Amino acid sequence: MKIGALIRLALIALLLALVLRPEWFTWAFAPFAPPGGPVIYTRASLLSLALSHLGLVALASTASTLIAVTLAVLVTRPAGAAFRPLSRTITNIGQTFPPVAVLALAVPALGFGAGPTLVALFLYGLLPIFENAMTGLSTLPPATMEAARGIGLSRWQRLVRVELPLAMPVILTGIRLSVVISLGTATIGSTVAARTLGEIIIAGLLTNNTAFVLQGGLIVGLFAVLIYDALVQLETYLSWRLGARRARG
Amino acid sequence: MLSRPGLLFAALGAAAIFLPFLTLAANRIVAGQGVPIWSLAQAAPGLVALVLGLALGVISRPALRLLGAALGLAGLLWLLVQGSNALLSDAGEFARVSPAAGFWCLLVVLSLLMADALGALSPGPWARAALLALTVGLVALLLRSGALSDLSIMQEYASRKSGFQTAALRHLGLAFGSLAAAALIGLPLGIACHSSARLREATLPVLSFLQTIPSLAMFGIMIPILGWIATAVPGAKAIGIAGIGFAPAFFALVLYSLLPVVANLLAGLQSTPPEAREAARGMGMTGFQRLIKVEFPLGLPVILAGLRIVLVQNIGLAVIAGLIGGGGFGTFVFQGLNQTATDLILLGTLPTVALALISAITMDILVELATPTAERTR
Repeated sequence: MKIGALIRLALIALLLALVLRPEWFTWAFAPFAPPGGPVIYTRASLLSLALSHLGLVALASTASTLIAVTLAVLVTRPAGAAFRPLSRTITNIGQTFPPVAVLALAVPALGFGAGPTLVALFLYGLLPIFENAMTGLSTLPPATMEAARGIGLSRWQRLVRVELPLAMPVILTGIRLSVVISLGTATIGSTVAARTLGEIIIAGLLTNNTAFVLQGGLIVGLFAVLIYDALVQLETYLSWRLGARRARG
Repeated sequence: MLSRPGLLFAALGAAAIFLPFLTLAANRIVAGQGVPIWSLAQAAPGLVALVLGLALGVISRPALRLLGAALGLAGLLWLLVQGSNALLSDAGEFARVSPAAGFWCLLVVLSLLMADALGALSPGPWARAALLALTVGLVALLLRSGALSDLSIMQEYASRKSGFQTAALRHLGLAFGSLAAAALIGLPLGIACHSSARLREATLPVLSFLQTIPSLAMFGIMIPILGWIATAVPGAKAIGIAGIGFAPAFFALVLYSLLPVVANLLAGLQSTPPEAREAARGMGMTGFQRLIKVEFPLGLPVILAGLRIVLVQNIGLAVIAGLIGGGGFGTFVFQGLNQTATDLILLGTLPTVALALISAITMDILVELATPTAERTR
């Protein structure tokens, strides 16, 4: 556990240094740059690219979470039951669509830039969250639900105070899957002119400059791994709190 | 009794009829002009079939809804073939006709209607396999017949026939080759993890972190590593290892595939009921015999489900190979994005999506066939 925390801190420090002070790493990337070519990507500030990248993912993931959880709540109510098989079919089929294909197909419909990337991230992000929210909301312990009904909670109170908190760890897993996919897809978004960290990798690929590729790859990879890890920690904490509350109650 | 999803489909489909159905452009690059359904020549039969199909979809009997979906799709096809033919016959030499928003929306609505009706009928695995074969056969026949050759995307295909075949083979090679390699590495690794808890605790987190790394970054990081191997290891270059092209894409895909293979193998092997394991031990089976004769067959559905995840994931990720010179359908996707040529983008994405769907359905059927019958009916 302690080693884990140390590694985490070291990785965060490395990531911050790579983004804020890229010139510190000139010695490390120099062997990969073409002779006489630039070693460190300077066409845009790495910080602005990182912020724009994370902003896109955060915006898309928030929107997907809101819509997907709302849809999952609607489908798990008695009135929405008729749509349950259909929604399951849609999530199954939708998830076989490659994220890159969704991104590429958004371009003819919406043009280039951040717009299609945002829409593709949003649409693809819906599926894992919806799937997990539906699983979480439809596999609640019947005894707990009966008790909630028994103490006279209204439908809305049951949803907000019992069902959603109980389903939260499963929903969070869905959000984590969706965020990880979004981070990766946003990287490819730079091929459709969205401002993301993928720009560095693409620039490296176009000019045969492996130093850029490596630099961009390391930054994106570190971001993904650290965000994934942070969300896992959050899930563990929430399930622990849920368990603790249940034990106390 | 009416089907509520059917009502939704009917409303969406009716709205989509009013969207532009085809676009007519002066050449392959410029933006085209939308053409609505009713201004197409001889649109009446197709339109009638479409409306009738959507109306049948409202009925709650699944068989009738399936019929409705099939009728609607037939109408859609009629409109596409007739419409593109008629539009091109009085347009310029370089004119291009492509399906527009209306067509795609109707296609999605009708396909969902079909999927919903099929889901309600819940056909067995063999019936599903037959349906899949029938659908693929019909689409292949349609593409072969040349009825769609007026469409812009088919013209892009016609001018790139040999390139398309190379890309298709390369894409299949990447997706299935990496699946095979991942299975070869992952199955022994998973079995080793199954018997050693320490190895398991060391391996699984590493594999799941590998999976988190965004694909473009992973492909990029593979380039210098494989470039170094190619120059440092004697003979590596001779077997085709290089910093750019097929090799980095292939190795990146293998790394991504390891987690689903190993994790599902473990889950499958551990799902053996303790009574079955106990009985096998009582019969005097050795550890290896138990693994092969009891644990592996019982875990097969879960193991196959892991391979399904890998296959679908790799078919999608192999598109990225197009960015690092690895070939595959991604070549067309990124060329199309560079030239803002929509049809070229579609020429890359549609086969990829079709391949992913066919693989997913096939693997689902295999998973179901591997599941013991008693469990399947439960």
